[in-house]
Amino acid sequence: MLNNIKKCLSYSIIAASIATLSTTALAADLAELHFIIPGGAGGGWDMTARGTGDVLMKEDLVDQVSFQNLSGGGGGKAIAHLIETAERQEDTLMVNSTPIVIRSLSGIFPNSFRDLTPVASTIADFGAMVVAADSKYTDWQQVVADFKKDPKAVKIGGGSARGSMDHLVAAAVFKGEGFDPRQVRYIAYDAGGKAMAGLLSGETPILSTGLGEVLEMSKSGLVRILAITAPERLAAAPNVPTLTEMGNETVFANWRGFFAAPGASKEKLAAWDKAFTAMYKTDQWATVRDRNGWIDNYKADQDFYKFLEEQEEQMGDLMRELGFL
Amino acid sequence: MIDGILAGLYTVMLPTNLMMVVIGCFVGTFIGMLPGLGPISAIALMIPITYGLEPSSGMILMAGVYYGAVFGGSTSSILINAPGCSSTVVTAFDGYPMAQKGQAGKALALAAYSSFTGGTLSAIMLLIAAPALAKVSLSFQSTDYFALMLVGLSAVAAFAGKGQVLKAWMMTILGLILATVGIDKGIGVPRFTFGLTDLLDGFSFLLLAMATFALGETLMGILKPADTSATEQSSITDLGSMKVTKEEFKELAPVSIRSSILGFFVGVLPGAGATIAAFLSYGLERNIAPKDKREEFGKGSMRGLVAPESANNAASSGSFVPLLTLGIPGSGTTAIMLGALISYGVQPGPRLYIDNPEIFWSVIISMYVGNIVLMVLNLPLIPYISKLLAVPRTVLLPMIIFFSITGVYLVSFNTMDVFIMIAVAVIAIFLRLASFPLAPLLLGFILGGLMEENLRRSLMLSDGSLSFLWERPITLGFSLTAVLVIVAPILLTLFNKYRNRPLKMQESN
Repeated sequence: MLNNIKKCLSYSIIAASIATLSTTALAADLAELHFIIPGGAGGGWDMTARGTGDVLMKEDLVDQVSFQNLSGGGGGKAIAHLIETAERQEDTLMVNSTPIVIRSLSGIFPNSFRDLTPVASTIADFGAMVVAADSKYTDWQQVVADFKKDPKAVKIGGGSARGSMDHLVAAAVFKGEGFDPRQVRYIAYDAGGKAMAGLLSGETPILSTGLGEVLEMSKSGLVRILAITAPERLAAAPNVPTLTEMGNETVFANWRGFFAAPGASKEKLAAWDKAFTAMYKTDQWATVRDRNGWIDNYKADQDFYKFLEEQEEQMGDLMRELGFL
Repeated sequence: MIDGILAGLYTVMLPTNLMMVVIGCFVGTFIGMLPGLGPISAIALMIPITYGLEPSSGMILMAGVYYGAVFGGSTSSILINAPGCSSTVVTAFDGYPMAQKGQAGKALALAAYSSFTGGTLSAIMLLIAAPALAKVSLSFQSTDYFALMLVGLSAVAAFAGKGQVLKAWMMTILGLILATVGIDKGIGVPRFTFGLTDLLDGFSFLLLAMATFALGETLMGILKPADTSATEQSSITDLGSMKVTKEEFKELAPVSIRSSILGFFVGVLPGAGATIAAFLSYGLERNIAPKDKREEFGKGSMRGLVAPESANNAASSGSFVPLLTLGIPGSGTTAIMLGALISYGVQPGPRLYIDNPEIFWSVIISMYVGNIVLMVLNLPLIPYISKLLAVPRTVLLPMIIFFSITGVYLVSFNTMDVFIMIAVAVIAIFLRLASFPLAPLLLGFILGGLMEENLRRSLMLSDGSLSFLWERPITLGFSLTAVLVIVAPILLTLFNKYRNRPLKMQESN
């Protein structure tokens, strides 16, 4: 009896997926897509959603794209909204990034990625350790040597509060060098721009930030990137050394990606997957991506979910060690 | 550099770009006039339009919207006490009382002239020294910002009426307390949020200003209907009159120039901004004004209107220095513009004026043109706009309530903000009835957050030692100024008492 039901179910699932495959194959594109942006205009989330939406529309992958900025509660407001109005949000994607993992761990909002439908991570940015152009540091090993002598002397700035991403990345990097991450002196600024001003004015010797934010600045000679947390050298930045090649095994990717309301249908997930996959092949996307210093990092559906779980563990361990949990 | 400036001039003079300046100023002024909707909302609205434009045209349009909105924001501050954006909150302190005295047209005209002065002077400063000013942007460290905020706070007395200094300090402290609500910016812990998601981001400055000033004032008007009879008596021609006498001009010109220069340099600092600039220039002018003029502040002083209006416009132009020369956005508005520049494939930074001189210089030169456009657009409108106050109160008051509430809602799209606003307005009414001044509350609130953040950073950087207070000359200078501003009046009173004592003894003998 039970077996029969199981069989029945699996057949129907197969049938359903065949059906969806054929329908998505027939309809070449999505009719509409609405982006919820949990932060204000001009921020990283905003630029990711608008950049992606723009390409999707210009390449006729989606007919109609709309955007909604819904800031508040460090992103919690938008998550709550998406969950509360789930039935009405069939064509909605919310942009988010690593902070959704960190903030749900630290309890800033009660929900986690498990309460939503993770759709895909689309791009990544790696952590970067940066100094001003006139800094005495010319390579990462000098920083490590100074830290060994006196951890207090190596102050690291970042554009967010203690316990958030910039701090955790810096802590992870020094942990990878074999130091106690609690000894990292992290100086919090309330925005990336102000943290950069702090670095350039000579207030903080080192800045922990995302590669995308500083790649162009390093090309114009304002700053020097000492190391990044990518697993290997990047095509976009062939001269920037990675930590792994210096024997520090710290790898960290700040992904940006999209979530749908809880209970999103398999058909929709497949359609979005198809649209994103097609998007990567367009020149339009290559232009937008390179301009913003993004790196393609496509993980859809179950892969994305697994990645999120791994990152939750990595961040959780570090936050416990630092005493934030 | 001359080649670059000429290339920029040529770019601005292209018909499409001149049109962009006009459209930008026009849209900016109108969105700015709506209470609550300021430059951020205006620029966010323009972003989809700028996508298809040339980088220079897009930047010129956005810059026009930006200073247009700051320009227009003063209108609603003056007429209905509902600030158009946070940088025009201070404008309401004296602009609204002037309008209540039947000088709405004059107040609007003065605001326009001051904005023009601020905008034009800073455009000239940008033209002469923009690349070099990058150094000024980076000359301030956390300790200096902390000391600068101290100077700002020490000017509390400037925001208090006579004999209200103690009450003013109490309200300042309330403002400092309110600034601590929300996720703490240093260690990321929620403070005083009572588990409410809506309080995680803290209170918005604009919401507090709208609730205490616009809503509070309107509700008071309903509670005390006889109070505003003066407005109704003043004839409609008076409201629209824009006449500024020669003596007034002579008195106000130095105020405007001083405030423009102060505002510009505060704007150049990425950690301050137009709102802080307006508060600082208001405090400065109150403190250096002659005694009889000083008492007019808060009751419709022309100096008190001209100072913040010059400063906020100068500061918004000044904020283009860190944006264009370093790629550092000092405010939410410039952050959006940075995003737009990047999506054009233009990277702002020290190489911008070398690699893309036409963009760099055309934005700066367009400000000069834009300020003239704003004057031409706005001056003829003033007599008509100011007659808004001649609308019967039964229509005007509900309109103000409607615009204030929608204004706050449209900034965040959060209904909770409307409830918070109403609650704050009710509390504000009680405070008004007990004659507590509300401006110091806003001063404490806006400076409090920045002050705490910078103090904390300074302490972490110096490993907990207070030595930063005297190690940096800028910090030391500001700290001493703050102490002087607070202590000087007390010493002066004591000194006068001491000097008068023997005389009194002689008299009694």
